[in-house]
Amino acid sequence: MSDKPSAAILNRRRFLGAAGLAGTGAALSAVSAFAGEGGKPDPLITEVQDWNRYLGDGVQSRPYGSPSKFEKDVVRRDVAWLTASPESSVNFTPLHRLDGIITPSGLCFERHHGGVAEINPADHRLMINGLVEKPLVFTMEDIKRMPRVNKIFFLECAANSGMEWRGAQLNGCQFTHGMVHNVMYTGVPLKVLLDEAGLKPNAKWLMLEGADAAGMNRSLPIEKALNDVLIAFAMNGEALRPEQGYPLRAVIPGWEGNLWVKWLRRIEAGDQPWQTREETSKYTDLMADGRSRKLTFAMDAKSVVTNPSPQAPLKYKGRNVLTGIAWSGRGTIKRVDVTLDGGRNWQSARIDGPVLDKSLTRFYVDFDWNGQEMMIQSRAIDSTGYVQPAKDELRKVRGVNSIYHNNGIQTWLVRAGGETENVEIG
Amino acid sequence: MSRLAKLLFAGVLGGSLAATPIVEVSAQQVAAKSSAKLGLGRLALPEEVSAWDTDVRPDGKGLPVGKGTVKQGDVIFQEKCASCHGEFGQGVGRYPVIAGGIGTLKADRPDKTVGSFWPDASTFFDYVKRAMPFGNAQSLTNDEVYALTAYVLSMNDIVKDENFELNEKNFTSIKMPNAAAFYPDDRETAEKHFWKKDPCMKDCRAATTKVIGRAVSVDVTPDSKAGPKVD
Ligand code: HEC
Repeated sequence: MSDKPSAAILNRRRFLGAAGLAGTGAALSAVSAFAGEGGKPDPLITEVQDWNRYLGDGVQSRPYGSPSKFEKDVVRRDVAWLTASPESSVNFTPLHRLDGIITPSGLCFERHHGGVAEINPADHRLMINGLVEKPLVFTMEDIKRMPRVNKIFFLECAANSGMEWRGAQLNGCQFTHGMVHNVMYTGVPLKVLLDEAGLKPNAKWLMLEGADAAGMNRSLPIEKALNDVLIAFAMNGEALRPEQGYPLRAVIPGWEGNLWVKWLRRIEAGDQPWQTREETSKYTDLMADGRSRKLTFAMDAKSVVTNPSPQAPLKYKGRNVLTGIAWSGRGTIKRVDVTLDGGRNWQSARIDGPVLDKSLTRFYVDFDWNGQEMMIQSRAIDSTGYVQPAKDELRKVRGVNSIYHNNGIQTWLVRAGGETENVEIG
Repeated sequence: MSRLAKLLFAGVLGGSLAATPIVEVSAQQVAAKSSAKLGLGRLALPEEVSAWDTDVRPDGKGLPVGKGTVKQGDVIFQEKCASCHGEFGQGVGRYPVIAGGIGTLKADRPDKTVGSFWPDASTFFDYVKRAMPFGNAQSLTNDEVYALTAYVLSMNDIVKDENFELNEKNFTSIKMPNAAAFYPDDRETAEKHFWKKDPCMKDCRAATTKVIGRAVSVDVTPDSKAGPKVD
């Protein structure tokens, strides 16, 4: 058994990929039981394949490129029983099929309260009114003439992992943790726009409002607005996707996703919060004593192992790659620890790729697996020294009815056959 | 070619690209440079501001002139809201429950409704005016929204008289039962113990650690064999 994956393993991997998970648990071994076995040559090598002989599609067959047809199961998915209607609903990013730190635009999870507004940018207006010297209206053309910046930030819905407060519920990191994405935004600092209108000294809060059928509105403290908030029109170098707020959205780094108003049409300056439906009925955190925290904006440090996970079980003994993501709304990720034995012993994971402020950070543990049962967890530590808590530590403070801000440590049980499930341990 | 462009160009030619640090300019720095007005955008006209600025705050700011009674609200609610929220606000299917639940917030399964949970009546006015009825937003008149607010308050026993009329003058006299139960984010003090010096790395818990809960026994994960619909 060599400790580098051989071509044969990669080949078998492709075979298994095509056959779905059919092979899981059957005959786990470190090396291929297929190609090259018993001296029989691999026909994928010895025979000329179609793609090797016939011409492929020409340059313009996919003018706005789409993924390979072999990736068609890599999609956002929803959980039908969660919500009343698909227009007021959510779907989840397939974290277990992604790597690096950037989420492809088309896989960024969606959360809408009145469906996806389809707005011609020529018809879009942004108004600034309230406690300002001059109420103003901007067109998209105006906004694109302002100084702009490029920034990578994660966006996490405050309800991410919200189904898991009472115990393990959903089998797959897509469903337990898939309400997070990480993209590069291009946009104008909100301060530039506010300076144009001229904030009055008593302007302490802003209300951001969307142009969608929910008229989404949220209050934002002025200090944050002037610090790092962006009004973005592009993600990952392309225009915002319709479901991400095309043509204009708010970017509120490190803070809960609901504040990042999409299809942004109006900003009102005022001297106190508005107490909108989304900051009272929703996005407040009900504690065990019946009282509720409000204005819980920052997303606590959090991490999850994306592979292995229930939708991506282990297939081989021997060499394997464990990977996952970590993020914090308060700064950068300083360290990620991983345990394979349910939290008895921890090792620090290898972080690879950019480590940026309020961005997803990628970690790896390259390990050998001899088929023993594992209880895998990851624990993020951020630049403020915050350590991601165990679920029980979190429940001790918050009870089980707060819905939002569940950043407790996730456990995956890997069975001897490689199958992986969402469990809680004690 | 500008000086900057020349410098960048020279940098590339000189092979120093790999050593070029990622340029991290803060949003503030960019904003500071442009603090002189850009002269972009135009003055918003009063008609435009009033067309969009419908928001209402707890102190009554933003309330339009208007009125409506519980009785009138009942009629409008049955016609425009009950199909989803139920005749008595009890919710149909998975649509939100908007009445009842008072006293359940400490219960195992709390019922968070306008009556049991919402801290301000203004939130109902603001929200219904902008977002309801679902699928036909902004179709209600101000009088209709006053009447619906009066009706939802009556469904929740916050006003008792079915002839009660709500208007812009008496609106702020309404007190919601759960108003005092909200407090600002206190995580940095209440959860101070999550900022730990040296989290344990070795022999942190007993070897007897075992599984005590499994998602498979709940069985609510969407069936992966059915496969997602791609369109
Ligand atoms: C077609 C179904 C439908 C109709 C009709 C409808 N609603 Fe709604 N209502 C919804 C949905 C769906 C939501 C949740 C929207 C979201 O996800 O943000 C909602 C949310 C609400 C809420 C907020 C509930 C909460 O707990 O936060 C209130 C209040 C409300 N509706 C009042 C009304 C009133 C008043 C009417 C009649 C004028 C009305 N609705 C008509 C579907 C409907």
